[in-house]
Amino acid sequence: MNDQSPTHDERVAGLKGLGTSRKRVEDARFTQGKGNYVDDIKMAGMVYGDFVRSQYAHARIKSVDSTAAMAIPGVIAVLLAKDLEPLGLHWMPTLAGDKQMVLADGKVLFQGQEIAFVVAEDKYALADALQLVEVDYEELPVVVDPFKAMEPGAPVLREDLAGQTKGAHGERIHHNHIFRWEMGDKPAVEAVVADADVVAEEMVYYHRTHPCPLETCGCVASMDKINGKLTLWGTFQAPHVVRTVASLLSGIPESNIRVVSPDIGGGFGNKVGVYPGYVCSIVASIVTGRPVKWIEDRMDNLMATAFARDYWMDGKIAATKEGKITGLWCHVTADHGAFDACADPTKFPAGFFNICTGSYDIPVAWLGVDGVYTNKAPGGVAYRCSFRVTEAAYFIERMIEVLAIKLNMDAAELRRINFIRKEQFPYHSALGWEYDSGDYHTAWAKALKAVNYDALRAEQTQRVADFKAGKTRSLMGIGLSFFTEIVGAGPIKNCDILGMGMFDSCEIRIHPTGSALARLGTISQGQGHATTFAQILATEIGIPADQIVIEEGDTDTAPYGLGTYGSRSTPVAGAATALAGRKIRAKAQMIAAYLLEVHDNDLEWDVDRFVVKGVPERFKTMKEIAYASYNQAIPGLEPGLEAVSYYDPPNMTYPFGAYICVMDIDADTGVADIRSFYALDDCGTRINPMIIEGQVHGGATEAYAIAMGQEIAYDEMGNHKTATLMDFFIPTSWETPHYTTDHTVTPSPHHPIGAKGVGESPNVGGVPAFSNAVHDAFRPFGLTQSHMPHDHWRIWRIAEQLGLHG
Amino acid sequence: MITAAFEYHRPTSVAEALKILADHGEEARVVAGGHSLIPMMKLRMTDISHLVDLQDVGGLKGITVGDRIRIGAMTTQAEMLASGDLAKAAPILHEAALQIADPQVRNMGTVGGNVANGDPGNDMPGLMQCLDASFTLTGPSGSREVKARDYYESAYFTARKEDEILVAITMDRAQGGYAYEKQKRKIGDYATAAAAVQLTAAGGKVTAASVAMTNLSDVPVWSAGAGAALVGSACEPEAVKAAIAAMLEDINPGEDNRGPIAFKRHVAAVVLGRAIARAWSRA
Amino acid sequence: MKKLHIELTINGKAMETLAEPRELLIHVLRERLGLTGPHIGCETSHCGACTVDLNGKSVKSCTMFAAQANGATITTIEGIAGPDGMHVLQESFREHHGLQCGYCTPGMITRAWRLLQENPTPTEEDVRFGMAGNLCRCTGYQNIVKAILAAATEMNSAKEAAQ
Repeated sequence: MNDQSPTHDERVAGLKGLGTSRKRVEDARFTQGKGNYVDDIKMAGMVYGDFVRSQYAHARIKSVDSTAAMAIPGVIAVLLAKDLEPLGLHWMPTLAGDKQMVLADGKVLFQGQEIAFVVAEDKYALADALQLVEVDYEELPVVVDPFKAMEPGAPVLREDLAGQTKGAHGERIHHNHIFRWEMGDKPAVEAVVADADVVAEEMVYYHRTHPCPLETCGCVASMDKINGKLTLWGTFQAPHVVRTVASLLSGIPESNIRVVSPDIGGGFGNKVGVYPGYVCSIVASIVTGRPVKWIEDRMDNLMATAFARDYWMDGKIAATKEGKITGLWCHVTADHGAFDACADPTKFPAGFFNICTGSYDIPVAWLGVDGVYTNKAPGGVAYRCSFRVTEAAYFIERMIEVLAIKLNMDAAELRRINFIRKEQFPYHSALGWEYDSGDYHTAWAKALKAVNYDALRAEQTQRVADFKAGKTRSLMGIGLSFFTEIVGAGPIKNCDILGMGMFDSCEIRIHPTGSALARLGTISQGQGHATTFAQILATEIGIPADQIVIEEGDTDTAPYGLGTYGSRSTPVAGAATALAGRKIRAKAQMIAAYLLEVHDNDLEWDVDRFVVKGVPERFKTMKEIAYASYNQAIPGLEPGLEAVSYYDPPNMTYPFGAYICVMDIDADTGVADIRSFYALDDCGTRINPMIIEGQVHGGATEAYAIAMGQEIAYDEMGNHKTATLMDFFIPTSWETPHYTTDHTVTPSPHHPIGAKGVGESPNVGGVPAFSNAVHDAFRPFGLTQSHMPHDHWRIWRIAEQLGLHG
Repeated sequence: MITAAFEYHRPTSVAEALKILADHGEEARVVAGGHSLIPMMKLRMTDISHLVDLQDVGGLKGITVGDRIRIGAMTTQAEMLASGDLAKAAPILHEAALQIADPQVRNMGTVGGNVANGDPGNDMPGLMQCLDASFTLTGPSGSREVKARDYYESAYFTARKEDEILVAITMDRAQGGYAYEKQKRKIGDYATAAAAVQLTAAGGKVTAASVAMTNLSDVPVWSAGAGAALVGSACEPEAVKAAIAAMLEDINPGEDNRGPIAFKRHVAAVVLGRAIARAWSRA
Repeated sequence: MKKLHIELTINGKAMETLAEPRELLIHVLRERLGLTGPHIGCETSHCGACTVDLNGKSVKSCTMFAAQANGATITTIEGIAGPDGMHVLQESFREHHGLQCGYCTPGMITRAWRLLQENPTPTEEDVRFGMAGNLCRCTGYQNIVKAILAAATEMNSAKEAAQ
């Protein structure tokens, strides 16, 4: 029965395991229109809910009259804060330790805020009813600038916090102040800055933007009053956390709540948080006894669910005259909007922004972050990045450029002489992280060579000369970026969300005939987990990936996990998968030893089988072992072949990369053409190169959008100016550049398979590459810093201010 | 985003359509491709209780090129692009239509819809002014012609009366060199600034020139002064400068997400300069 | 408002339904006729997730009333695959990793399907221009373009082989 015909290599190939560009198992459904997204759900008796939203950014609500709305045939209910108050649900806790209004309680604090939740039999009656709910507002003074919000006489935004001098993260120093977060050695940095040969100082702003997945947020809540069970389908990047929050808020036992994330049409951080729509849908289902569907429209999405960034980063970087960095000082004014609804691990109110020393060996550093309330939408999510890492990478990669200008040095060389050296890993950063592994010099040298950096600089020099001579109106920018990410939150000892440790999980069942089912606590939003986790497992347990089904997103079946965001799926759930697989293999070894009548230690693993050492013709395949585990009594062993692993990572992982963008800029119109974009990523062990490449293309395109035009903008009255895709910049295939991808491999020493995660690297590293290219084009003319987004008019303004328009 | 309720009409003749308009006055609107109107209805920025769909009305579609060019109001941008006759007779329209919206929108969006409603962001109004086209408006008492250059009053206000339908656009065959130069943030966006230039030359000098600008005022701007400044010149720098100066006198852009006024004026000057250069090279 | 009787031929099948005049084509397809392949993304005709083929042309079904489509012949993503399985384009999107979350994919493939009929031998520039009415947030388009170009090549060789 032992088939010896396939060779070792054939057996490896047949697994489609680690390192293969396995085609995605998800795609047959998606390409034929057979995805199952939340808005595709239709249930008997289902009704629809939607919000009446505030027209004003700051106003007292004097009254709400729903009489006319209720008179429309088909309208079932209009819920107001006062209706939720008896249930204690008119406010809800945020992930950041603040609280947030579910429905306006006396006042509104941002345009688009939820005031009333209307429920109707169909979405047409619903849309009509929304128009007829009459809200009587008394306008209040608006603050959209976080610096003005901190002035002594600034309007009080959060009256509910009156007199509270302590917040979730310590002292509040002003009525619009949320927290101060400090770390590092301030006196030491100040001493270094005072004595340094050179100090570069700059304010770097990373503007407000939005993850804007193509599918908006939504849910269907269904309370079955007979068995007391609540089922909630929705766009949740962390379904188990939603279940826990729903239980804590509603008092329904967690065992009676089932949360399901069906297919999700992109998340990018937008779908991590808990939104008023979810709470109101649940309440409405409890009240009406019917399933309630709530789906945002695009304007709702851009106006009210979680934004990203909005960090004012004030920096000082000190160096010797040779360019060796001696210290970094950074103060951030963080605009959180009306409620602090950041989706960060609880103890990190500014996320992992303290990775802001970047890829450089900086002996001393200090960081202070002040969170501030303004009349803007709440949020502060990690838009395709680990918590605030994008902001940190942008800050340090701008500061390096500013320092290079000050030193009159080449910015590539300045980076090179300050990189953490290979032999310094594990490296302890001045702001408290332990970088696991890296080889920055090798990656940087490879990148510079690949783009022919010296030739580009020579071409740029010529271009500048031609420009000055009036031969061209086009400038050329070379955008450099070297980034280190911190992903895979995280060790339970310092990372939790609402008290839930940020472990993740995998549960595996091997079926008698040798195929398998694995369930995880994560949830794919396009990352291809059903494909890649099967690959990890295939290599671990020798069952072909094609015979391993991956399930996620149903809290009734999946083991508890903290979800997918912050590039944590591979570092955490991927590790859990490998370790659960190893438990399977350990038991399989005992079974094989029994079957082969040898001692466990006499066996060795060979791709998909255990072989008796030195006797290659004596072996048992996993398939045979799986069958035996169910049909043979094996002394000392329970029947079956299953395992579960809950993985608490010992450390984060630290992917890194080198990105270089070459851009031609029309000085007269501000139009920038991306000539080339080179992306070298080191994400440790590569599970599926095809998927990695796809992630890099996608993340770099998001970076392109953010750097070159995408923003959430408000006017001084707090009116949202960018609420449709006409104005919120999402590039088409026509504007989007072509990418060249490359890699080095520096495995994580502490991850079971050495993988580090990659989904967010291109956004983290891409934004500085694009932005630095714009800056670099104007560096020869005296530009030091100009804030993003670099849309046409802002680039034009740089040229105008530098006197380049004659 | 859901529109308010309305009654739907699909007349099969202009007369029938006019009757519906007459019966319902300002509560009725005609719809062609709908790509300007339907988004406004979805955002509930316009209140319409009777929607009159013109797709079954005969005679409103198609392009005929003889001594004059006639484009039926219901002709889509895609149909304009597909017309080889039009590309020869008025190549600037072909060049411009490629820069309007995206393929799906061009399949629905019509030239009539683009010019009729007075949306200052649309491209065709400026082009029609550049080409000195006429709009044929049919109402209860028959048809009349209104010059594109006289049609636009202010944003969304035009010479068309509520009981009239724009049925066709006519113009002479375009002569000489042309260019439509449009700066926009991305495909699908309106122009930050756009310039349409059509000019003829003889003996190395411009004999006639027409210049129109898009999205730089609350109406399209045909700049007689800009055209005049080019006549008799060889589009040398001084003449181009004079044309630009004249154009800048005529535009009145507002600030929006595309940028502040100073930027728009600067870009208007740049795109006009480039359009003149290209038109001259083709003359 | 009185409902209209809407008759459509969708994916080769005659279908009918009653709908209010204001019901958008995308709503009627998804909610009355059970065709949930086309999606709603932006609702302002920018993203193309709702793209369907109507009387031989790609259109955005979020910016059209079902009443306007009355009598039309429509192909949605559900009608692209043939009786023998996935269409070359669908295979090609999988082969070249032209999708991630899958939300834009139905509109994307439906548009590409028409594009390759309009222009069976497109260049990369033709594809990028011809697909510019469909937004994708995941892929950066590079693999979508690759998939469409590869599908064109494959369809052309199949055509040649058949001749």
